Amino acid sequence: MKIDFEHQQSAHCENGVVSNLMKHNGYEVSEPMVFGIGSGLLFCYIPFVKINYAPLITYRAMAGFIFNRFAKRVGIKIKREKFKDPEKARARLDENLQKNNPVGLQVGVYNLVYFPDEYRFHFNAHNLVVYGKENDNYLISDPVMQHVTTLTDKQLEKVRYAKGPFAPNGHMYYPIAFPETLELEKAIKKGIKHTCREMLAPVPIVGAKGVKTVAKMIRKWPKKLGSKKTNHYLGQIVRMQEEIGTGGGGFRYIYAAFLQEASALLKNGKLSELSKEMTEIGDQWRDFALDASRLYKNRSVQEDGYNKVADQLEAIGNREADFFRKLKRAI
Amino acid sequence: MKKEEVPQDKSFFKEEHGKELCYAVDDQGNYTTALSSGWEAKTIALNNALSVIEERIADAKQRVLENKTSPIEYYMEVCKMELPILASYVGMWQWRVKRHFKPSVFKKLSQKALQKYAEVFDISVEQLKNIELTDS
Repeated sequence: MKIDFEHQQSAHCENGVVSNLMKHNGYEVSEPMVFGIGSGLLFCYIPFVKINYAPLITYRAMAGFIFNRFAKRVGIKIKREKFKDPEKARARLDENLQKNNPVGLQVGVYNLVYFPDEYRFHFNAHNLVVYGKENDNYLISDPVMQHVTTLTDKQLEKVRYAKGPFAPNGHMYYPIAFPETLELEKAIKKGIKHTCREMLAPVPIVGAKGVKTVAKMIRKWPKKLGSKKTNHYLGQIVRMQEEIGTGGGGFRYIYAAFLQEASALLKNGKLSELSKEMTEIGDQWRDFALDASRLYKNRSVQEDGYNKVADQLEAIGNREADFFRKLKRAI
Repeated sequence: MKKEEVPQDKSFFKEEHGKELCYAVDDQGNYTTALSSGWEAKTIALNNALSVIEERIADAKQRVLENKTSPIEYYMEVCKMELPILASYVGMWQWRVKRHFKPSVFKKLSQKALQKYAEVFDISVEQLKNIELTDS
């Protein structure tokens, strides 16, 4: 069976799944809108959690949070299910497909065969939609991919039961109840306030303060860890910023797109101005990524190079602190 | 980022993988989406991450050949895993898996345990016992 489901590519998997599922149910909500209302934007530096032997840095809220907040703020209900037994997981999936209900799944990336090999790491918080089954093949709409694809029964089970941190355990979710009309205005304000609160949090590893902390660390790393490890850490920062479906600039462009959309909906001109500024901040992040990555391509760098990218990052941190103060006042 | 500035560099995404989506502004300053085939900064960063893994694999291989560790550690690196991930896949405590890194302990592993590791690494038990059978 094949459900009539429109695949639309998105930058990030979770926003994309939500946006596509909402559209399927007759509610036109863009990816940036989901991201903004769900307060997806964040910066967090967690030095004591290592991923691929480098500290964890994230530019967005944790997997699942965006959809949960979005659902709560616009008043939709989501059903989430996890299964110990893969057989049951498959049966429930088939049951939903029979009922013409496309569902979102959390999966691991490592065994996702349609991904380029180079991108297949043990990362378990990827999301996709299953919208049908033909013979033994599940029809897959992976929002970060340009086109729809398929996975066999076995392949799907493997990614649904990937192990390690954030193991999906067959996690399946879909919206079950909708409000009569979608009222976005209030939800947008809530979403923005929440993001401002997090980005201005008085904690050294979160938000604008977190950015400045990382800038400080970059100055220390070469002496403390040597240039090899420093380069590896910088590489991790760049990867988290650009690689995993961020839409560019560590989600800052998506957020700018959200502010622009919100400005029209709330008839608030200030938000449109702030959207432009967010775009500039995104550009600054891109410049930082390019300079940081070139640093370790040219092995002949002096310490000066590290200080330069640290300066860039510090400037971004100051600007974001200023930006979110303005945003808070504008709403 | 302006729409015409969306980078179109060469990357790991091949033709069949399609392109990825970016957000950018058009001439009127309105947000829109554009497809990107890749970006230099990303490719460098990913290459760096991959070369770190390559190094770890080569190092583990060397230590297996010198009988300082067991093939389990080597295959763990080949599969881009870390100890907690491997332990979770085979369903054992981390210290137990770590113990199996010892060549002397590895030699005494039961067929059942070997089978389990082989399944997780997607190889045969023969390959697990002799890393020379796997070319990488």
